[in-house]
Amino acid sequence: MTSPAKSTWAGVLRTPVGAGAAGLLAAVLLLAVLAPLLWSDQASAVDTGRILEGPSGEHWMGTDGLGRDIFFRVLVATGLSVGLALLATAVGVGAGLLLGTAPMLLGRRAGRLVTAVVNIAVAFPGLLLALFFAVVFGVGATGAVLAIGFALAPAFARLAQTLVAKVAGLDYVAAARIAGLGRLRLLVRHVLPNIAEPLVVNATIAAGAALLTFSGLSFLGLGVQAPLYDWGRLLGDGLSSLYVHPAAALAPGTAVVVAGLAFNLFGEAIAKGIGMRTTPVLLRPRVRSAPAARPAVTGEQEPVLAVDDLRVAFPGSTPVRGVSFALRRGEAVGIVGESGSGKTLTALALAQLIEEPGEVSADRLDFLGRPLLDLPARERRHLLGTSFAMVFQDPMTSFNPTQRIGRQLAEVSEQHDGLTRGQALDRAVDRLQAVRVPAAARRAKQFPHEFSGGMRQRAMIGMGMMGAPALIVADEPTTALDVTVQRQVLRLLDSVRTADDVALLLISHDITVVRQFCERVLVMYAGRIVEDLPAADLPARARHPYTRALLAAVPDMSTDRERPLAVIPGRPVDPADVPRGCAFAARCPLADEQCTSADPPLVPDEDGRRVACWHADAVTGLPLVAEEVRVGE
Amino acid sequence: MSELTFEGVSVRFGGRRHGLTAVDGVDLTVPGGSVVGLVGESGSGKSTLARAAVGLAPLHAGRILLDGEPVRRGRRSRPALQMVFQDPYSSLDPRMTIGDSIAEATPRRGPARRAEVTRLLDLVGLGADRARAYPGQLSGGQCQRVALARALAGDPRVLIADEITSALDVSIQGAVLNLVREVQRELRLSLLFISHDLAVVRYVSDFIAVMYLGRIVEYGPAEAVLTDPSHPYTRELLAAVSEPVSTGEADPALRAVADVEPADPHAPPPGCRFHPRCPVGPAVLDGRDLCRESEPVPQGHRHLAACHFAAGR
Amino acid sequence: MTTLLTGVRPPRGFTGNAWTRFAARRLARLLISVWVLVTAAFLMIHLIPGDPVRVALGPTASPELVEARRAALGLDQPLWLQYVHYLGGLFSGDTGTSVGTGLPVSEVIADRLPATLELAGYAFLIAVVVSVPVGVGMAVLTRRGRRRKTELAFTSTSVVLGAVPEFLLAVGLVYVFGVQLGWVPVAGRSGLGSYVLPVLALAVGPAAVLARLLRVETLSVLEADYIRTARAKRLPDRIVYFRHALPNALTATITVGGLLLSAMVAGTVLVENVFAWPGLGTTIVESIIAKDYPLVQGIVLVYGTAVLLVNLAVDVALALLDPRSTIKES
Ligand SMILES: Nc1ncnc2c1ncn2[C@@H]1O[C@H](COP(=O)(O)OP(=O)(O)OP(=O)(O)O)[C@@H](O)[C@H]1O
Ligand code: SF4
Ligand code: SF4
Ligand SMILES: [Mg+2]
Repeated sequence: MTSPAKSTWAGVLRTPVGAGAAGLLAAVLLLAVLAPLLWSDQASAVDTGRILEGPSGEHWMGTDGLGRDIFFRVLVATGLSVGLALLATAVGVGAGLLLGTAPMLLGRRAGRLVTAVVNIAVAFPGLLLALFFAVVFGVGATGAVLAIGFALAPAFARLAQTLVAKVAGLDYVAAARIAGLGRLRLLVRHVLPNIAEPLVVNATIAAGAALLTFSGLSFLGLGVQAPLYDWGRLLGDGLSSLYVHPAAALAPGTAVVVAGLAFNLFGEAIAKGIGMRTTPVLLRPRVRSAPAARPAVTGEQEPVLAVDDLRVAFPGSTPVRGVSFALRRGEAVGIVGESGSGKTLTALALAQLIEEPGEVSADRLDFLGRPLLDLPARERRHLLGTSFAMVFQDPMTSFNPTQRIGRQLAEVSEQHDGLTRGQALDRAVDRLQAVRVPAAARRAKQFPHEFSGGMRQRAMIGMGMMGAPALIVADEPTTALDVTVQRQVLRLLDSVRTADDVALLLISHDITVVRQFCERVLVMYAGRIVEDLPAADLPARARHPYTRALLAAVPDMSTDRERPLAVIPGRPVDPADVPRGCAFAARCPLADEQCTSADPPLVPDEDGRRVACWHADAVTGLPLVAEEVRVGE
Repeated sequence: MSELTFEGVSVRFGGRRHGLTAVDGVDLTVPGGSVVGLVGESGSGKSTLARAAVGLAPLHAGRILLDGEPVRRGRRSRPALQMVFQDPYSSLDPRMTIGDSIAEATPRRGPARRAEVTRLLDLVGLGADRARAYPGQLSGGQCQRVALARALAGDPRVLIADEITSALDVSIQGAVLNLVREVQRELRLSLLFISHDLAVVRYVSDFIAVMYLGRIVEYGPAEAVLTDPSHPYTRELLAAVSEPVSTGEADPALRAVADVEPADPHAPPPGCRFHPRCPVGPAVLDGRDLCRESEPVPQGHRHLAACHFAAGR
Repeated sequence: MTTLLTGVRPPRGFTGNAWTRFAARRLARLLISVWVLVTAAFLMIHLIPGDPVRVALGPTASPELVEARRAALGLDQPLWLQYVHYLGGLFSGDTGTSVGTGLPVSEVIADRLPATLELAGYAFLIAVVVSVPVGVGMAVLTRRGRRRKTELAFTSTSVVLGAVPEFLLAVGLVYVFGVQLGWVPVAGRSGLGSYVLPVLALAVGPAAVLARLLRVETLSVLEADYIRTARAKRLPDRIVYFRHALPNALTATITVGGLLLSAMVAGTVLVENVFAWPGLGTTIVESIIAKDYPLVQGIVLVYGTAVLLVNLAVDVALALLDPRSTIKES
């Protein structure tokens, strides 16, 4: 098994940009070492007969004011330019690391002082700091190295501080502290290795910046002094004769740009390599119109929502594979299932919120008797905007942090009911009152961060009630909340439901919550509904092995304390790799050949309960808790 | 078997003016070889209490005793208290093999160390060949097993488990709970088990302590607390897990109380801290102004409850 | 689904007038920073190894002359007294006398400052006006892996442009537009044409960096939960982008925009020297080389104050755009 670090670096080198940047950087470094050894003599050979000549076969870039060959001078200058820049970077990184790790090593009080100093210094741009230090250390190469080094230090210290603080707060550092490791060993063993990657990236980019700043200082006459020369000095010398002899300025200028880019690109390439590993891009699917829907069924028991064979597909996987159900007015139905079973995608597909590259199809997707997939965009927008409410899992991130709550509610009515701003705000306050937000008029003027989690979730429900919703889809609405607050929110949803006869689809991973709240429960596994039964039938009359396993694996207030909890062996199915036959077969104690060869259909019984299992009737006889407890996962 | 005792423990964060007392004068005992379950809502101070016990949070007042002796902490002393954390992924160093992580926590040196790592991995139901895996290659449940093995590596006498299953998927929670219980019984550890889920706490604990806004409001044998809850807050927690959700109370006063926002720990209410939310407190019943004025202390015949009007008193 | 209860704790203790507290704290920080700046400028001269007067006058100056100059500058007094005098002088507007010209430092600065301010101001304006629409537009166009070629072209162009330092760009511009094409003057500050190249040289890099950043920020904002909420409200795209996405993308950009503006203030030093622009940048380099320390000190103060004011502006803008920042600020 390879360490995570090695694979990152190898991965960076395999990308074209990474490999190119690495090659360029290697060439620059090689030149910096070799050029002064090989061509110093050619570069300093004075030829007074050929002053300020243009490019020729003999002198590719022409000659300078003393007749010296500019091409060789630029090559040789690589050594000093890159060397001094690296030296300055080393000074800066060293000083920065010392300052940055000080808060962790020195303890709280001394650390705070260091942090404060760094915070003030970091506000000043590097070049200004470098100028300041150049005055202090004097004009010349040494002065410039120190000046640029110290100028880099604050930014690096800030970075190191942030990274150290982040890692130091993680649990594994806490665990190592409990195990008795000292501060220095903590830093060396657990913290530094875990921040090394970003530090290296930034040191590389800083080296590029140091190179540029150094050329800048030399160009101004504050860096390397004659008779030594680096690119900056060559550039400064060349600039005066730009009209006569542009190559003298352009050649060192190009060298600076190329070398600076080499450092920069390499740093960016590593950063990207690391970033790709740590932050996977979350793909959300896209809506696409589906095969022609059947005409709406009319009748007295017309459902609010009727779904038949709903599928959500992404390139390479189909996480929702044929979901069918209907919701009546005022009905509360729950969807339960493990993470990854497709609950949220189902909800988003119902709400027409799946985005590219996802694709939604269904034999039927009727909302209030109208086929959503075939409605003209404008009509669909109005219908969903006024009658379909969504409540999302995380109340902290689901409101726009830069807008007042009242505004965010009001814009719904402005948009769909044509209310004026003032009218819409009044309605927002009224709705906030309806969801029992105390002092609604005042709270409407507040920003989301001034609300507690439970209040925010109420406001979110209030937002759904700006129109006249016929359906509320709530995706894990209480998962982020405390039990008592959770109950407040559920109670609120329930009172909304009974007061206005609103249908409610509650999605949760917690079968206990769903049981307490809903009349009917849909159990999802690997993108399909595997069981559909009245909540009152749980746990005794559950017929699907997965449903029964879920019930037995989670303790409730009546679980037998003397026996081990049942365990569902194996792992949930990966939507990109759904097995043939019943998706649950690998984890099912009843699986046989029939199960692994054909997927059981979801068949209704005479009471309208549905189950998708070949051996559903054998299951009810089994005890809820399996005797045999398996430890593995 | 060792007994862990908190005596008047307080933990404060922040300065004098904007500070917050996350744990306020807590007395709690984890009797030797038994499991004490600690429940309470987020921000009530459960984790802080646990972190104070292992030295990750500074004590503002009070003492923490292990078998009557103050818990020693230092480079050389063997850590007799160990802790398992909530987030399986952040509790293991991603750059260390899990074998190294466990080895670091054992006091043994040399070849005995490797044998110990093998034994511990085996104990938590992972193969010894997993020692060279990195945490990124394990599932959440497996990481939690490794974290448990690392905690056990220090030969602790007391184990603290802080929400160890709440970040896991439902189908894996059960396996981890079984393992913790098994290990606790086998090694006769004292265990402080923290969770916000009363059903989980009920399943593992011998004693239950209920925490509200930095204070223990009820403590007693699990059976007694669950069948005969004395504190209104405990009763509310119990109702939340066992009763179906109903549209709410008819009585407007009760309904108002049920919808009150959780209190701000920076400014806890005076008197009984639960009084603004209490369904049998001054906001609902007349003649209970006492609750607003004086803070109840834990007392009771069968078990302790910090309420002036505790049921059955 | 996993639950990490600890991660989602409502912010507590939000009481009183956040704005007043924000203003008070921010003002205190500004004052402390100014004090640090002034002290650093004062100490700058004393940190120079050896005797600054001797350094300035050169090794051939007679000891009497050095002593006399020392006394004139007050350098023979104890350090704390010099500090007090220096602070007192600053309060009464006396920033010392330039050694080179014999003019009061404040007069020299007043003479040169406007040219520099104009340069930085125009450059920043152009950088913002160009980068905001380009960055947001590119984000919308290249969302979710669409138009990969456009994205690649944009990213590589902006990386290269952002990495070329302003003074090299300046040299290149001089060569192309001055030497080769001869369209615009390449030195001095005379007429509108003379502004074109210096302003361009300063603006291009920051514009490229800002545009790239804004694209990334916009992309990440478009994936945020509250954008999903806005779509669930079935708001038109126009409102989703301008009311819900843009302000949030800007908050992150403004922070970097402030850093770029500060860097632009510093960049003027180099660009002015390429174009012989009669601003503070040419003056400070001349005076560093001529060891005219009082003038250097004065100009350092001006640059430093400019940077602090930029930071102040950034924080105020952030507070206006993102109400949370008035609380975070501490
Ligand atoms: N390092 C800290 N600095 C400041 N405040 C803190 C710190 N750690 C915790 N707190 C605060 O202390 C209070 C108690 O927190 P704690 O984490 O102990 O709660 P908890 O009951 O464990 O909650 P949860 O169920 O979310 O884990 C909270 O208000 C929290 O914000
Ligand atoms: S069909 Fe077979 S494998 Fe699938 S759940 Fe039923 S018994 Fe198990
Ligand atoms: S003391 Fe009063 S307010 Fe507090 S819990 Fe008891 S009855 Fe309720
Ligand atoms: Mg906690």
